[in-house]
Amino acid sequence: MIEHDIVIVGAGPAGMAAAVAAYDSGVTDVVLLDREDSSGGILRQCIHNGFGLHKLGKELTGPEYAAHYQKEVAKRNIKVYNETMVTSVSPDRIVTAQNREGILKINAKAVILAMGCRERSRGALNICGTRPAGVYSAGTAQKLINCEGYNVGKRVVILGSGDIGLIMARRMSLEGAKVEAVCEIMPYSGGLTRNIVQCLEDFGIPLYLSHTVAEIHGKKRVEGVTIAQVDENRCVIEETKRYIPCDTLLLSVGLIPENELTRNADIPIDPITNGAIVDENRQTAVEGIFACGNVLQVHDLVDYVSDEAELAGMGAAAYVLGKLKPQSTVKTTPGNGVRYVLPQRVSTNKDEDIALFLRVTKPFGKVKFTVRSGENILATAVRLKAAPGEMEKIVIKADKMPLITNDITVALEEL
Amino acid sequence: MTKNLTCIICPRGCALTVDINDNNVTVNGNACPKGERYGIDECTNPIRTVTSTVRVANRTDTMVSVKTETPIPKDEIFTVMEAIRKTTVNAPISIGDVIIDDICTSRIIATKNVN
Repeated sequence: MIEHDIVIVGAGPAGMAAAVAAYDSGVTDVVLLDREDSSGGILRQCIHNGFGLHKLGKELTGPEYAAHYQKEVAKRNIKVYNETMVTSVSPDRIVTAQNREGILKINAKAVILAMGCRERSRGALNICGTRPAGVYSAGTAQKLINCEGYNVGKRVVILGSGDIGLIMARRMSLEGAKVEAVCEIMPYSGGLTRNIVQCLEDFGIPLYLSHTVAEIHGKKRVEGVTIAQVDENRCVIEETKRYIPCDTLLLSVGLIPENELTRNADIPIDPITNGAIVDENRQTAVEGIFACGNVLQVHDLVDYVSDEAELAGMGAAAYVLGKLKPQSTVKTTPGNGVRYVLPQRVSTNKDEDIALFLRVTKPFGKVKFTVRSGENILATAVRLKAAPGEMEKIVIKADKMPLITNDITVALEEL
Repeated sequence: MTKNLTCIICPRGCALTVDINDNNVTVNGNACPKGERYGIDECTNPIRTVTSTVRVANRTDTMVSVKTETPIPKDEIFTVMEAIRKTTVNAPISIGDVIIDDICTSRIIATKNVN
């Protein structure tokens, strides 16, 4: 058994930013464990630009954004164990991992979970048809093309209009493939508007809302798909079925936080975010275990992942240094038009601002968010538009903290 | 003439209204000066940053990610892609290394370190 102050599971954007923040908060014995051969996580395959505008004030590609944090980690001599797979984290913070050297057991004073998420696959969708080659999750295709240089197809249909699907529509077009259609089962896209413009409209790719792939055809290789419109219950409308010849189907149908380690550590999970229930320091309900990044909630922007990871890093450092005392907390709950609020618990006696992150249930025009604790109004925010694909942030100012008497509710009203 | 655009400079994605009268372009709906610049460019000379990959010849199954150092005219995207596709490089490569010099008034530079 070896000992470390802070052990971080996952050296992607969340893990690296948490490590740097923990170190800078005064805990220098920090280690990162990662299953891949180098750090950076999903950023390594996200070669498009648009990263870092908020956080670093410049527009970077994924590998550049990762390199910024790799440099910061290296500067502080924070050890990264690559090709090291964590197999368990116990509630008393014993981290078990394995790599080529054998089995590693680390007794940690604090643990930060930063495992990210994985893609939902065909099996979760129950698409009819055969099981030919040529059906990829969008992220798998992205890795094959961008990291390994294998082009996955020439004629493509994409199911799901989340950001990865949109980015891949452009990427495959640039590589000479013909993207026939992007189908989205919902009546609105889950991706950022800017990606619909620069990834679909720039390349003349049609986006079919309220459409799905009803059947996959082909024996050895995909030969085509049947797409169809869906009704308000997301059921296929038979007479709208039509066949599109293609050799490849990409699935961009949602991300699932990888919380197997979290569940095995008996850490309570929020059924909406599919991530741990945390407080404003991103501490889970199990003392000394923190979580941040896509394993906690699926983010749209890496910049906000880094911000969240810094909170977890500072929280874990404070815990190790004995500065994080158990405090009385209240719950945060989603009200009208709000799907979830994170953190799910906040301390009542803080003297700092607390930021709440949330997603709305469907697209809205102009809305006003109100954060209430009983009768007291803690914060309000007006937005010209709000969409489920865009995470909202609302700050409760430090001077409002004494008004927190009951559980907090965040609700919106349409203006 | 009035055009409705979505700014693509940052994830906020401001809804822009651009009025074009002769040589005078006015932009509304932008939250920052970059949005005004985008609105004008998009209606007069639309530009894009292109990102792609170049094969590393002396490494197995390895690609180095690249980008145009500055945005290039939108209708030259495929000219740039054609040049990128024909190119291979040898490692080691550092972020910022020039991969293709002088193409469509820009350069192609590496965005990844390959040892």
